[in-house]
Amino acid sequence: MSELPGDLRYTKEHEWLRQEEDGSVTVGITDYAQSALGDLVYVELPEVGQEVSSGGEMAVVESVKAASDVYAPIGGTVVEVNEMLADDPEKINADPYGDGWIVRLQPSGDGDDTMDPDAYQAFIDELDE
Amino acid sequence: MPFIPHTEEEVREMLAVIGAGNIDDLFEEIPSELLIDELNGVPDALTEMEVSRLMRGRAAEDRGALCFIGAGAYEHHIPTAVWDITTRGEFYSAYTPYQAEASQGTLQVIYEYQSMITALTGLDVSNASLYDGASALAEAALMAVRANRKCKSKRVLLAAGVAPVYRKVAQTIAGSQQLQFESIPLNSNTGTSDLAGLDDGAEPPVAVVIQQPSFFGTLEDVDRLCDWAQERGALVIAVVNPTSLALLKAPGHWGTQGADIACGEGQPLGVPLSSGGPYFGIMACKEGIVRQMPGRIVGRTTDLDGKPGFTLTLQAREQHIRRSKATSNICTNQGLMVTAATIYMALLGYDGLRRVALACIERTKKLCAALEAIDGVERAFSAPHFHEVVLRLERPVAPVLDALAARNILGGFDLSKDYPDLGHALLVCATETKTDQDLDAYATQFEDVLQKTRAKSA
Repeated sequence: MSELPGDLRYTKEHEWLRQEEDGSVTVGITDYAQSALGDLVYVELPEVGQEVSSGGEMAVVESVKAASDVYAPIGGTVVEVNEMLADDPEKINADPYGDGWIVRLQPSGDGDDTMDPDAYQAFIDELDE
Repeated sequence: MPFIPHTEEEVREMLAVIGAGNIDDLFEEIPSELLIDELNGVPDALTEMEVSRLMRGRAAEDRGALCFIGAGAYEHHIPTAVWDITTRGEFYSAYTPYQAEASQGTLQVIYEYQSMITALTGLDVSNASLYDGASALAEAALMAVRANRKCKSKRVLLAAGVAPVYRKVAQTIAGSQQLQFESIPLNSNTGTSDLAGLDDGAEPPVAVVIQQPSFFGTLEDVDRLCDWAQERGALVIAVVNPTSLALLKAPGHWGTQGADIACGEGQPLGVPLSSGGPYFGIMACKEGIVRQMPGRIVGRTTDLDGKPGFTLTLQAREQHIRRSKATSNICTNQGLMVTAATIYMALLGYDGLRRVALACIERTKKLCAALEAIDGVERAFSAPHFHEVVLRLERPVAPVLDALAARNILGGFDLSKDYPDLGHALLVCATETKTDQDLDAYATQFEDVLQKTRAKSA
């Protein structure tokens, strides 16, 4: 049973989104995703200012056993990246919804195919069956 | 590691478990239009006896001529122990084994090799080798594009002295990913790159390739070129001859920041010329861009009991895990050549390699002086050189080389095809393998051939 904060939105690619007060959206990967990947050893971050489109590749998270793309859940511009992950990628394992955030996007209004916590819980329950 | 094929019975058992009727069923998903019945151009099979005879005949064509050709592959003395050890059964396998960690000895050899290459290049990380120097440059250029994401350009600038065949191979491999290779003009007096001749208003390149020593044997002002490139946001790729690194400044120390990637042909380190291959490519880089480096990397670690051991590291970048997004399609290396190189370097040591490099320079200087003394021969370039030098003749080079070959001397590399602007230019090389008698023999025959061709045309 993985942790699912109630104030976030979720995607089928196991990313979470947090709406910030200034209009930007913070994105990370879920507790379920970090646990499936195992110990992370590297995170490849996008450049600040980079435009991303909904569903496009945005970052790469690499664990000892796999490297996976992190897709942009919505279109927008990267306004901040979590530089701490460069030296400390395991922050994603330790605190996926907090210090382990990956990027902050300024949404362009393109695409929003996200779920609330209950829908995401149902989605991962189905995967685990 | 022995390769033991499955018995008929084991094959039957395995097929029964997965519910397949026969092995061909496993390939059913390949569309029938992609299957071919015969391979065009592939000759009929030969028996072992026939193959042996064919190969003996081919080998006899390498008739032990006196060789003064360099141009990217170099004849060096290889201590007998190198290939005696390399061809022992324990090492005699061309690849990193698939169950890598089961072969600790093989992994340790690669680890030692990587340590030696990082020491020679002054960089942080080396891979386990690539196919050859030219393909290593292509991979280095692709790597530079991946590592230099801030730069949107696909323009790769080559110093004037990058080997023409390296440029062609890089263009073939990396051209399909829209990389464009352009050359910095050659200063025809010095034989080095001429930055002043470059249009500085052009789009800044993603990478600049500096070959040291250059294809012409000359020494570039690598510090200046390296700084020039990095000031423009480009990564610097060094193409180096490993023998020369025992004397010359390591790429990791070029300029104020050092080259970002070094690559080159590893053949001079204990691999014979043998009709053009197999050779191996060297590649090393700064730690910050290691995840973009293609190829295998062996790391040292400790096991659960705290004992030291060796393991493949950073495999998550490779194609069996990353599929189409892999750093490159190279998940292997030239294991046997690397084994020979590691033993060669271990036997010579740093001082030994340095003595080889010094002897090469001395031999080339001596040869060059003897040839320059001949009427109608002059040195083409003024820049200092390593173990190769460009001579300019009064007449076309090819007939001279043919006449020398008839006297069992391979007299050098004719530059006029790749560099028509240089005139009748000949690239010659003398390594530590050439005795005073060899140099005298070459100079004497050379002079005689020139006189005869002159008399003929007079």
